[in-house]
Amino acid sequence: MAANEAIKLRNNRLAQYYGMFTVGLIVISLIMGALELVAGMPQAWIGWTFLMLTMGMYAFIGIMSRTKALDEYYVAGRNVPAIFNGMATGADWMSAASFISMAGTLYALGYDGLAYIMGWTGGYVLLALLFAPYIRKFGQYTIPDFVGTRYGGRWPRLVAAVSAIIVSLTYVTAQVVGVGIIMSRFIGVPYEWGVVIGLSGVLVCSFLGGMKAVTWTQVAQYIILIIAYLIPVTFLSLKLTGFPIPQFSYGVALQNITRLEGELKISSEAPARDGTGRVIQQGYVPAYNEGLSNAPAVTAVGQINSYFGTRFTPPAVQSIPNTTKPAEEIQPDWRGTPWNFLALTFCLMVGTAGLPHILIRFYTVPSVRESRMSVGWALVFIFLLYFTAPAYAAFARWEILQNVVGKEISSLPVWTQNWSKLGLITQRDYRTLEGRDIAKLPAWAAPQVTSGALVITDANGNGKIDVAGATFSESEVDGKKIGTFGELSGTAITKNSTDGILQFGELNIDADTIVLATPEIAGLPYTVAALIAAGGLAAALSTADGLLVVISSAIAHDFYFRIINPKASLNTRIWLGKSMLIVAAVIAALLALPRLALIAQMVAWAFSMAAASFFPVVLLGIFWKRCNGPGAIAGMVGGLSVTIFYMASNYLNPSFNVLGITHLASGIFGLPVNFLLCYIVSKLTAAPSQEVQDLVDHLRNPQLDDDLMTELAGTKGKVAAGAH
Amino acid sequence: MSDTKDMDRQQRINAYWNENNRLIISLLVIWFAVAYIPPLFINQLNQIRIVGFPLGYYFGSQFSLAVFVVLIFYYAYAMNKLDSKYHLKDK
Repeated sequence: MAANEAIKLRNNRLAQYYGMFTVGLIVISLIMGALELVAGMPQAWIGWTFLMLTMGMYAFIGIMSRTKALDEYYVAGRNVPAIFNGMATGADWMSAASFISMAGTLYALGYDGLAYIMGWTGGYVLLALLFAPYIRKFGQYTIPDFVGTRYGGRWPRLVAAVSAIIVSLTYVTAQVVGVGIIMSRFIGVPYEWGVVIGLSGVLVCSFLGGMKAVTWTQVAQYIILIIAYLIPVTFLSLKLTGFPIPQFSYGVALQNITRLEGELKISSEAPARDGTGRVIQQGYVPAYNEGLSNAPAVTAVGQINSYFGTRFTPPAVQSIPNTTKPAEEIQPDWRGTPWNFLALTFCLMVGTAGLPHILIRFYTVPSVRESRMSVGWALVFIFLLYFTAPAYAAFARWEILQNVVGKEISSLPVWTQNWSKLGLITQRDYRTLEGRDIAKLPAWAAPQVTSGALVITDANGNGKIDVAGATFSESEVDGKKIGTFGELSGTAITKNSTDGILQFGELNIDADTIVLATPEIAGLPYTVAALIAAGGLAAALSTADGLLVVISSAIAHDFYFRIINPKASLNTRIWLGKSMLIVAAVIAALLALPRLALIAQMVAWAFSMAAASFFPVVLLGIFWKRCNGPGAIAGMVGGLSVTIFYMASNYLNPSFNVLGITHLASGIFGLPVNFLLCYIVSKLTAAPSQEVQDLVDHLRNPQLDDDLMTELAGTKGKVAAGAH
Repeated sequence: MSDTKDMDRQQRINAYWNENNRLIISLLVIWFAVAYIPPLFINQLNQIRIVGFPLGYYFGSQFSLAVFVVLIFYYAYAMNKLDSKYHLKDK
């Protein structure tokens, strides 16, 4: 009972600390807001203050939680209460992409984007029912630990450790890119400096206190990020609908979107198609409009070539259906079918449950019972953000259809003009080119010159484009319509694209803009924008923290201690863990500096890879006693091979596809292969040893103090010792 | 299966595991139905609007998420009961 009292006391104290922290954050935001509005505090000061205060807070928690104990360093001492572990998991899980870009993705994709919303939440059901309680019961340090002990020997552990490192390293690189972008946009430091400052924030905390510091920092980071996320959209909802709960009021926005899209002829129940069946206008609510295209691959290869000076041949741009081909050669158009949506949702769910940095969070709770509750809390906290993101997207879409599309370019709302200057909003009307240097065309117009669709005749020889006061005229050459507009001519010049009115199709919005611009759309002071930056930073740093712990423990614990030198002393192990943390951080920073588009694409692939490698092996390891080491290796290797094959083939050449499923959902093919191979090979080889089978029994029972458990705990020690 | 005291140790372990599996399967059926059935009827569902939300869109953006949360807490609750029933409470 005394122990129970102590736990209660500690939980109360934790709740008090974080309660005070929350109140403090709100008070500081209000003070900053007042200083800005009343005293005219400059924006840069506000940005710096938020940055300093939040980073200082993380450093403070890191220093307070510094530790030299192995259990604290790797698994936060296994005494994190369910609800706090839920918050930490939420912050661990929600990355820079969830916080900043997801609303923008939803804005662009409409219903199709909900695959991410469902996928990234539904995975927690799998985690709760199939993994978390057993991982907690297993109670070691890493996921390769589980694979290594359950399947015996170094090979399964090695394969698992290598996969964990690859997945986590790409993921952490994307976070570092996010940190650099947020810092440069809001603090005004160069991108490279942003990366360095952000990473030092991560390191202060994780270096000193490992998982313990990471956990308690993540709780604080969750509080910052959720407050920052909810405030702007709540005010926007109040402004647009008079009702301050955006999650319920965005129905009004959806209704208006459908109406406006109807008026602008963007939306109909089925998307509008041209004579060849190609979708020309896509509505927000109608589903399954996504086509297949290898445009991302073309961009990525081009970027790598220009940065590293390599000469990879980029694939020819291909969109399905390829309308230049004769009708009988046109690939079937999968738009309008649900298969890609369903496959993507499934891969994201299964991949979520197989990601090592999320799985290890369930080592840190005190008991099996708490681990089950903890997944529930994690999803509650994640839910708060994910069911708000569509509200951001819908309000932005409404605002844009209402006040931006169909308006004169010269009279667009101020926020549109501001973000256009930063290049995050692109207006593809040729009138916007007035006065531009011919040598410095915007990214959307330059390829048109290369392809010959746009011809610039510098009639007055001033090196600039002159279209002011010009009128559009059209002539027909060789059966093609050629438009002329001042110094511009070519097939790309049309009446619509020169009328000075922004059509929906001429508007391109960067995915990050939706969340970042919402405070401005809602007419909120800059303080709120700075708070958003702090929230985005918290989301990126917390995820980076968790991932760095996975990488460093895979190297220090799994490679070094378990495989190379099992006699290593406790001090050596901790010291090595800390140095690997720095090595991993430096590698991530170096990978992040070129800002390759490929990195973000690789993060999306990580889910398919985790789904096709870890998920089946961990699942069968718990639920099928007969599953053995050779089966697991065959499954992982086979599943990953099939996934990577489909991924690469479809990424480069979209006409390679099954039912229109894109490379992002390629795990759907690798997963069954993994299960099948694992089953067949396990059946063909010897059953796992009695000790391993006893271990499985041990996993399945939460009871610890039973005579059976003591007996098994003894054997379990032997199993672990026999593994090397 | 109300009287679990008469079972021997192995029987208790097996019965506990079987009940756990049945629970997992029934919850996964709900999980699957909520996530993967509405998208198949999306156009029909979107004809119905509730306070502005097309029903199909609503399922994907809110309803399914809320069901996921409930499923996890229900599992935690049901397993706690199961643990006591088979005297397998930890600590």
